[in-house]
Amino acid sequence: MKIELHLYATLRQYEPEGHQGVLEIEDGTTVEDLLVTMGVPLEQAKLVYVNGRRVNLDYTFKDGDRVGIFPPVAGG
Amino acid sequence: MKLLRVCMKHRSVGFVDIPEKYRLLGGRALTSSIICDEVDPKCHPLGPNNKLVFAPGLVTGTVAPSSGRLSVGGKSPLTGTIKESNAGGIPAQMLARLGIKAIIVEDQPDDDEMYILKIDASGAELLPAGDLAGKGMYEFNSLVRDRYGKGTGIIAIGPAGEMKLLNAGISCNDMENGPGRYAGRGGLGAVMGSKGLKAIIVIEDEKRRVPIANKELFDKGRKKLTDALTSHDVTSNALTNYGTAVLINIMNEAGGLPTRNFSAGRFEGAAKISGEAINETTGKRGGVGKTGHPCHPGCVIRCSNVWAKPDGSYHVAPIEYESDWALGANCGIDDLDVIAELNYICNDTGLDTIEAGCTLAVAMEAGLAEFGDGQKAIELLREVGKGTPLGRILGNGTEFTAKAFGVTRCPTVKGQSMPAYEPRAVKGIGVTYATTTMGADHTAGYTIAPEILKVGGDVDPATTEKAELARAFQATTVFIDTAGYCLFIAFAILDIPEGFEGMVETVNGVLGTNWTTDDVTRLGLEWLKREREFNEAAGFTKADDRLPEFMRYEELPPHNTVWDVPDEILDAVHDYEVEDKAERAG
Ligand code: SF4
Repeated sequence: MKIELHLYATLRQYEPEGHQGVLEIEDGTTVEDLLVTMGVPLEQAKLVYVNGRRVNLDYTFKDGDRVGIFPPVAGG
Repeated sequence: MKLLRVCMKHRSVGFVDIPEKYRLLGGRALTSSIICDEVDPKCHPLGPNNKLVFAPGLVTGTVAPSSGRLSVGGKSPLTGTIKESNAGGIPAQMLARLGIKAIIVEDQPDDDEMYILKIDASGAELLPAGDLAGKGMYEFNSLVRDRYGKGTGIIAIGPAGEMKLLNAGISCNDMENGPGRYAGRGGLGAVMGSKGLKAIIVIEDEKRRVPIANKELFDKGRKKLTDALTSHDVTSNALTNYGTAVLINIMNEAGGLPTRNFSAGRFEGAAKISGEAINETTGKRGGVGKTGHPCHPGCVIRCSNVWAKPDGSYHVAPIEYESDWALGANCGIDDLDVIAELNYICNDTGLDTIEAGCTLAVAMEAGLAEFGDGQKAIELLREVGKGTPLGRILGNGTEFTAKAFGVTRCPTVKGQSMPAYEPRAVKGIGVTYATTTMGADHTAGYTIAPEILKVGGDVDPATTEKAELARAFQATTVFIDTAGYCLFIAFAILDIPEGFEGMVETVNGVLGTNWTTDDVTRLGLEWLKREREFNEAAGFTKADDRLPEFMRYEELPPHNTVWDVPDEILDAVHDYEVEDKAERAG
């Protein structure tokens, strides 16, 4: 299945090569699985948004999910 | 420390001792207390009976980190409420070191002349502004530097303030003498203009120190706070590298980035105007552009930036999140150079960028330009400085413009436009917008921290039970604004208890008090209550603590939710009687 994946700020360095926003993943992949595959240190992935809602590391992706992953950030 | 009283009618200045009741106050608590004590809540904000108060925070001027804030207070012509608007830049620290706890500007001149208040170690005097009157802020600041020397502190208004437009802000200069640090919100620049005061010029011709009652305690606190700021990921890394605009992508992912006049929560051009894009372009262009820029000496967070034109020359500083969003996503504009130009026009004319961006978006909705048409937006915004009838409509802000053109999608509370967080997607910030004493204002109680960023807690943005959260954030914020710290220290100290203690210890060190971290909320609520009382006496009721009606019936994509926080929750935020009763019963 496919998800739309975006890594932001300092996490952009972990984007899979040739990745154009859409990523093919296996059914049953969780956020944690994906982070491990990409080599993102788990504690750096502080905020994971899927379809506009914050999810935890054990979230299992569904086909077509829009995923945004952020390190600790803030502004104002 | 002294109070400086300035009477614009008689053009007299005088230093007076600090009354005992103000001894432990600074920043926002001081400006608001003076306004409550001395200003008739029913007065016309641009008439002789309003006052304008400038106060550095309690620790401002010391070596405490990120503490160079200036509070400006008065009755707001935009909202009709009490107002404290707060800015960085260099003048606040200089005023504090010169021993000035507050400047109170009263009354108005009988003529139409503009004046300049010059302050140095030997005293203060009012001078005719002469050829400096009417100048845009960039030219003004450079002329002042030529005449009074490098490093002169400047607090001033642009043409918008001189024209008494409701969206006029008050500029403070940054370390490069740029005018981009604004006490922008609430139209206090118009109050300054109504008093005939073009600028306050601060010359620190003698190095003095802010008195510190307990140096040891102060140093201990300063170290704890600095450690927190330099170890927390957000204040040591994210803000420094990407600036506040790092929020563009995250608010967009969360579906809460107001787009095209609050008609959607996602903007397809978000990535192009994000903090990441600012960082990347700045690196590529080289020249004077930079990130990790401090707005005053001693800021360890350094969230500010300098945006360079494609050829590397200076364009504007800073492009921060709120401006980037207001002039960008909210107008459907996805070009950082256009946003920079709009920001430059705001800085030069003397306008608040949030209000200006929301005004342009309403104007676009009215058909004055297409959403996304950057060149037309630039033309429209330039009208303000020219003082044309259209310019004056736009210069009077979002609500005024919405009325002028019959636009019902008007995102304001108490006449002030909303900042860069959609309340239909993030309910707690909507509770803050509705219930602060200031009109729609994110800095009054930044619940975004726990609702979106997992800082200072982890709260679901979609739930409506946010009264306590909003109250707690509003109270803590008043304390931080009073101490003179930049609000961004909150990200670190909400997560690191020693940092929070350190902040309180620096204040205790300066004042000789024994406040605890519990006192922060207690004092914050006490000071808030005073502001609420002013607003009540000015005629505000619960019915004003509401969001605009369209948010109740227009669903906001992508979540397709409406504003559904019940009025009882809004009314509970400041129902201190309910609180007291619960406490007695408990
Ligand atoms: S964090 Fe940013 S706004 Fe705050 S004092 Fe530092 S540079 Fe100025």
